[in-house]
Amino acid sequence: MTTTSAPPGSLLAAQDLRKAYGPTTALDGADFSIHPGEVVAVMGPSGSGKSTLLHCLAGIVPPDSGSIRYDGRELAGMSDAGRSALRRSEFGFVFQFGQLVPELTCVENVALPLRLNGAPRKEAERTALGWMERLEVDDLRAKRPGEVSGGQGQRVAVARSLVTSPRVVFADEPTGALDSLNGERVMELLTEAARSANAAVVLVTHEARVAAYSDREIVVRDGRSRDMERLV
Amino acid sequence: MSIGHTLLGLLESGPRHGYDLKRAFDEKFGHDRPLHYGQVYSTMSRLLKNGLVEVDGIEPGDGPERKRYAITEAGVTDVQRWLATPEKPEPYLQSTLYTKVVLALLTHRDAGDILDTQRAEHLRMMRILTDRKRGGDLADQLICDHALFHLEADLRWLELTAARLDKLATAVRP
Repeated sequence: MTTTSAPPGSLLAAQDLRKAYGPTTALDGADFSIHPGEVVAVMGPSGSGKSTLLHCLAGIVPPDSGSIRYDGRELAGMSDAGRSALRRSEFGFVFQFGQLVPELTCVENVALPLRLNGAPRKEAERTALGWMERLEVDDLRAKRPGEVSGGQGQRVAVARSLVTSPRVVFADEPTGALDSLNGERVMELLTEAARSANAAVVLVTHEARVAAYSDREIVVRDGRSRDMERLV
Repeated sequence: MSIGHTLLGLLESGPRHGYDLKRAFDEKFGHDRPLHYGQVYSTMSRLLKNGLVEVDGIEPGDGPERKRYAITEAGVTDVQRWLATPEKPEPYLQSTLYTKVVLALLTHRDAGDILDTQRAEHLRMMRILTDRKRGGDLADQLICDHALFHLEADLRWLELTAARLDKLATAVRP
């Protein structure tokens, strides 16, 4: 295991990540770091390895080699249960297609991460509703995901990602399935809500207009990352 | 932008003084580039000479006299013709960036670096415009969107070119 240190002040940092799926190299020495409250866009063409980087950073997929440190702890040194607990309490997730549970109402969907952490229903739904208000979807509380539009569903998903007050939100093409106007509204609300909660956002996107909501960007090409801030 | 046609168009809703015209122009279309008084008065004299506006009244004062302008029938026809004529789409065939990339390849410099540096600069501008949109009214949002879509198109070209640098090197090197 690499024992190099993370950049000072960073909340989540990865160094020299390598990951292959069979003969296909997905990551070939990628680096990454993010500070508390920062929004960092991970850009790059399809198949460049940006989603694999996100999955490794979030502890969903273990890298073949390299170091990932979250808040001073090495992810590889943690048990599966430890990483799961981390994902449930410290991380939030938004995907391209909201991935809401169709059988639950919107407020139940948003409250779900709290319920999984053992919070009582009423309390969980009260907190969930607070986040739904901030994302301007509180009027959808009793509707099921099938009854709301794509943009509304994605805002419900953003509320769900923030409901546990995570320190890092991982957003993988969060506007990929939305038109420009809805996509921009989701980005405005996501970045505003995350900034006010001092949550860092790892934003995977191939769209420059979405990346423009970030504080800085890294570009992944052929499994290697490039920090664009150092270029300018 | 045709300042003459824009000022004419603003006059269609009623006669105005030169100063009012400048203010209306700056407020609606000036954004970061307000008109100079000189531009307004030289444009108005040209429109006057061409019969597109007429002097509707003169207010005497201590300073220079204040003329009030009104659009003429010929002026309205001119505005109508201008609005109905499509703008010529910019063909974008003279690209400094393309020239830089080819020169870098010919002189064995790192063309990828040139593209990435430009990419970062474009995204920096896109962040500024996105921030401005967030705090702006609908007019601000639309004008920033226009710029953002163009910058995005550039970025797509930068990305596509970065992916084809090896091929381009083979094609341009003797």
